Amino acid sequence: MNAPVFIAGMGAISAIGNNLSECLNALENQQAGMGEMAYLHSVHSKTLPVAEVKLSNDALSEQLGLSKIISRTAMLSMVAAKEALENAAIAALSNFRTGFISANTVGGMDRTEQFFNAFLPDHKKGKLRDVVHHECGYISELAADYLGIRDYVTTISTACSSSANSVFYGARLIRNNILDVVVAGGTDALTKFTLNGFNTLMILDQDPCKPFDENRKGLNLGEGAGYVVMVSEKVAAVLKKAPFCKLSGYCNANDAYHQTASSPDGTGSYLAMKGALDRAGLLPEAIDYINLHGTGTQNNDIAEGTAIKRLFGPVYPKMSSTKSFTGHTLGASGGLEAVFSVLALRENIIYPNLRLQTPMKELPFVPETLLLKDVSVKNVLSNSFGFGGNCSSLIFSKI
Amino acid sequence: MKLYIRATGNISPQKTFGHPGLLAEIVEHSGNRLYCVEPDYKAFIDVKQIRRMSRIIKMGVAAAMECLQEAGVEVPDAIVTGTAYGCLEDTGIFLSKMVEQQEELLAPTAFIQSTHNTVGAQIALMLHCNGYNNVFVHRGFSFESALLDAMLLLKEGEAANVLVGGLDETTDTSHAILSRFGLYKKEPVSNLNLLAQSTKGTIAGEGAAFFLLASQPTANDFAVLEALTTFYKPANIQETEQHIASFLSGQSIVSSEIDLLITGRNGDMEEDKVYSKLEQSVFDKVPTVNYKPLCGEYPTSSAFALWLASNIIQSGSLPPSLEHTGNVPGKIKRILIYNHFQNTHHSLLLISAC
Amino acid sequence: MDKLIQDLKVQIIAQLNLQDVKPEDIGDDQPLFVEGLGLDSIDALELIVLLQQQYKIKLSNAEDGPKVFRSVRTIAEYIREHQPQNT
Repeated sequence: MNAPVFIAGMGAISAIGNNLSECLNALENQQAGMGEMAYLHSVHSKTLPVAEVKLSNDALSEQLGLSKIISRTAMLSMVAAKEALENAAIAALSNFRTGFISANTVGGMDRTEQFFNAFLPDHKKGKLRDVVHHECGYISELAADYLGIRDYVTTISTACSSSANSVFYGARLIRNNILDVVVAGGTDALTKFTLNGFNTLMILDQDPCKPFDENRKGLNLGEGAGYVVMVSEKVAAVLKKAPFCKLSGYCNANDAYHQTASSPDGTGSYLAMKGALDRAGLLPEAIDYINLHGTGTQNNDIAEGTAIKRLFGPVYPKMSSTKSFTGHTLGASGGLEAVFSVLALRENIIYPNLRLQTPMKELPFVPETLLLKDVSVKNVLSNSFGFGGNCSSLIFSKI
Repeated sequence: MKLYIRATGNISPQKTFGHPGLLAEIVEHSGNRLYCVEPDYKAFIDVKQIRRMSRIIKMGVAAAMECLQEAGVEVPDAIVTGTAYGCLEDTGIFLSKMVEQQEELLAPTAFIQSTHNTVGAQIALMLHCNGYNNVFVHRGFSFESALLDAMLLLKEGEAANVLVGGLDETTDTSHAILSRFGLYKKEPVSNLNLLAQSTKGTIAGEGAAFFLLASQPTANDFAVLEALTTFYKPANIQETEQHIASFLSGQSIVSSEIDLLITGRNGDMEEDKVYSKLEQSVFDKVPTVNYKPLCGEYPTSSAFALWLASNIIQSGSLPPSLEHTGNVPGKIKRILIYNHFQNTHHSLLLISAC
Repeated sequence: MDKLIQDLKVQIIAQLNLQDVKPEDIGDDQPLFVEGLGLDSIDALELIVLLQQQYKIKLSNAEDGPKVFRSVRTIAEYIREHQPQNT
């Protein structure tokens, strides 16, 4: 049960890049991805900035070689998962038991919204092809079928921690000798449903978000997909190149405090981080970098910060929220940030937390505001916390 | 490693909640949509919490509470749920208002309650359960994935007991849309003679069934959960047969050692061909019960089948109300559940007497 | 003012789907949140929508919520002060 799980490949698409190298380039050059909506059509287009992937649905469909346009959520998933598999370059993949564990929060809602425009006034109207992929699981199957993965396919949806849980679950399927190779992560496209939903909660910043700033005003929604390819020891041994790192720790806990708000002391966050450290057999001081959940809402950042203070004080690792670049990509964020965590390990860099001007007065630490290069990064902790109190943490470690 | 089904809780289109006796009478539904027989939730859920809950949330929470009460467990070590559709009613409310009101003056509650993890999170919140909490949303594999996660948690020693459930609801909107896809029968039908028709389509079902799985036995366990497997999009019937054969051989049993087969026959003449073919090959001469006339078709219906199997094993015999084929032994000790959802998601579950 | 308070009680019960609560059960000055009627932050957001829908008043800063929504009377007073001059 404690066999190592290696990260052999990764793929990403987000507002800051259409692939891994573009995302890394943007992270190194402090280029954030939020701005006025170009592809999402909403009455809030002038007031709420979003972090959109800079490709139209036509361009995505064409890049993937699809015969028609399908849900943007599925197309983002296909782009990133395909890159991850190519990046892993596992020879004779068909010899291994391979699974696809994905995550998303609202399935094919981007298309369902269009269907509802016609369907609501008249239940006989609306094109069925716009609603056929509504279910979360269908989005994963479109991608799994595209990748040719059939041995095990499933989907997790625990709000904003969804894809951290898919990485976590995928690793356990390898450790339990059910699968040899797992492509795991998540995807979410921007939809009017989520944009308006978060807007009713009054937690969307009308300017680019400022995670962990005293004057933070909320989050920006983003979109994208991020996947890692995890392999067993047996598969790692036959890879042409060495795996990037291993997934050494993971934990899932529930805050059990409130439907949407985090507890003031960040109980769930604390338990998730503590559990992941224990699983990895690491002391807090071994962590070199925390990729924060860091949404930029009042509530999340103080809860997460308080939990970090309790677990790590008085000496703190470097940390930052890459949501200051990508916005909050919801079901994709755990997967995307897992990729960014692995990249930090590989490149020995720590990303800046953009737009942080005034540190939070309650916290004794300040996230990094500038890119750090040539630092020793051996262990990275990645946090993903969500509505419903669902909190998950992952730890990636150099081999 | 043996895993024990210590307790169950089930809200379904049959009278299953509150343990009124196993299918003492079978509820007949006419039309192509089955509705759950629902209890008065105020006995199980605080009125302050109930006001925001849609029907599926109440069904899920109440079934979970009944299961925990029966198990004598206040707070489980982990909570894992499976739901393909999630909270459809709240999703539909928020989506409709968003379209009708052109994204203005929207209230938050329906959005908050629309996320797929709402039921699992509500249960955790009510129990103050800080433990592992996961939600699978994968069509006809939603419940099976949740069950596998629960089984792994027990095997890993991460939990001594896990609350696991499968749940889905039908709403007027979802029924209208799924009907347009041709999923349901167009002619008048009763669930009691669902399988007698040679027509296309099935009947819509719904339900919420929860189980407390444990790694250690007690005197009151229902059954032992032996094994689970799933397979996705088999290319043809031969591949399906191979999967079933290798599952049985992996458990070191042959089909004649199965006391009862519970299948997911749903009345759709095309989809049911799979079962008919298997009954002439891998399931030849195995006594059979079909569960979907009781609960209808929905992606997590295998949770209802597991509830049925657990209760039959516990009582040792079939309730007289339940039709079956073949010769059922005097004491039913081993049940295989085989279901497929739209011939895409296939699952096998083996349970046995303690 | 009395009519406004009465209307508000009915509207609050409907908007928040309060179970087994009648308008006369809510005191004009009874605290609505936590120890009083037991409302929480989600209800505060619902009440913001209620003010917008029924009274065309936009509470732009959610942080004003606790002060405005302390009791039915404080809500009524806030409406009186901020309602457009058409009533």
